[in-house]
Amino acid sequence: MEYGFGQKELDRVESILKEELIDIGVNVTLLIDMAGNIIARCDDGNCQHDLYSLAALAAGNFGAVNAMAQIVGEENFTLLFHKGESESIHFSKVEDDFLLITIFGNDVSLGFLRLRVEEVAKKIKDSLLYKTMLLANLLDSESDAD
Amino acid sequence: MAFINLKKKEVQVKIVYYGPGRGGKTTNLEYIFKKFQERIKSDMVSIKTHGDRTLYFDFFPFDIGKIKGYDIKVNLYTVPGQVKYNATRRLVLQGVDGVVFVADSMALRREHNFLSLKNLQENLAAYNKNIFKIPLVLQYNKRDLAKQGIQLLTIERMEKDLNSKLKVPSFGASAMSGENVVPTLKKIISIAVASLHKELK
Ligand SMILES: Nc1nc2c(ncn2[C@@H]2O[C@H](COP(=O)(O)OP(=O)(O)O)[C@@H](O)[C@H]2O)c(=O)[nH]1
Ligand SMILES: [Mg+2]
Repeated sequence: MEYGFGQKELDRVESILKEELIDIGVNVTLLIDMAGNIIARCDDGNCQHDLYSLAALAAGNFGAVNAMAQIVGEENFTLLFHKGESESIHFSKVEDDFLLITIFGNDVSLGFLRLRVEEVAKKIKDSLLYKTMLLANLLDSESDAD
Repeated sequence: MAFINLKKKEVQVKIVYYGPGRGGKTTNLEYIFKKFQERIKSDMVSIKTHGDRTLYFDFFPFDIGKIKGYDIKVNLYTVPGQVKYNATRRLVLQGVDGVVFVADSMALRREHNFLSLKNLQENLAAYNKNIFKIPLVLQYNKRDLAKQGIQLLTIERMEKDLNSKLKVPSFGASAMSGENVVPTLKKIISIAVASLHKELK
């Protein structure tokens, strides 16, 4: 992985997720990496879902869909959407390394959500640090903690 | 790469059980899941075929408690062993922090072990990872079958076959009875966490 987040950037990402997505009625939003690790999460306070399993499956699913894209000659598919009876789930790629997942009910319109997700993805990109910067950043906060 | 959250003091580590089809990867995870059920809050996810073979992966997250003040969450995965599922097998390896290679001790399966280990090396290389550097533990599974008179490869033979160059920790085990399943897991976690620590230095 070439990029990562420092702790400060991570806090910023979580507040972006809250302000841009949870506050418009999204139930849960997760930022994961392609290994299936949860990088950041935010929910409306009554989320009962098993988010670790969800992240593992989402990463696998996205990997599989991208492998299919290559087989049919598409570069990749950058977003996916599954509609359910009462909850729907939306996946959107952020750079090559991350996936933004949102779970929302019928009270949120898909069009509006898409716009928001796009904005959020842009803001998240701005919070990314190159790995070397990230390591320096981590080491900094390690020594702060000591 | 594992994910470290400094504020929450949480580390997520990805461990993948790899090896030839029918070697006992899923059985390893099932044993761990049953043994520690009260400590695992999720269900085990298994994406399998109708014939009960692993199609994509098995998965569950496992909270192992604190190491040096950090909450360690271990995400355990298996891969499908069958040759034809290489694309999905490779996907599961993305971002892996440690591998348990489950080899089959049955004499008949000797060739399968070789091929699968070689396949692991190739698939890691696709992510620019080196099998000689990644945290790795070998498990020689199905030792219990000796009692039933089934011909097994000796541990010495398997060490020579699979571990003469790698020289990583190895365990004779029985995923069925649980013998050495937990020591295998503990070993890979400790090596993976130690290697993370080095990476941060
Ligand atoms: N006797 C014996 N059988 C085992 C052992 N581990 C797995 N098996 C059996 O081998 C078969 C394949 O095991 P499975 O875990 O599905 O293999 P996988 O393809 O590597 O996931 C199953 O019938 C298991 O019950 C073991 O330690 N001893
Ligand atoms: Mg299996």
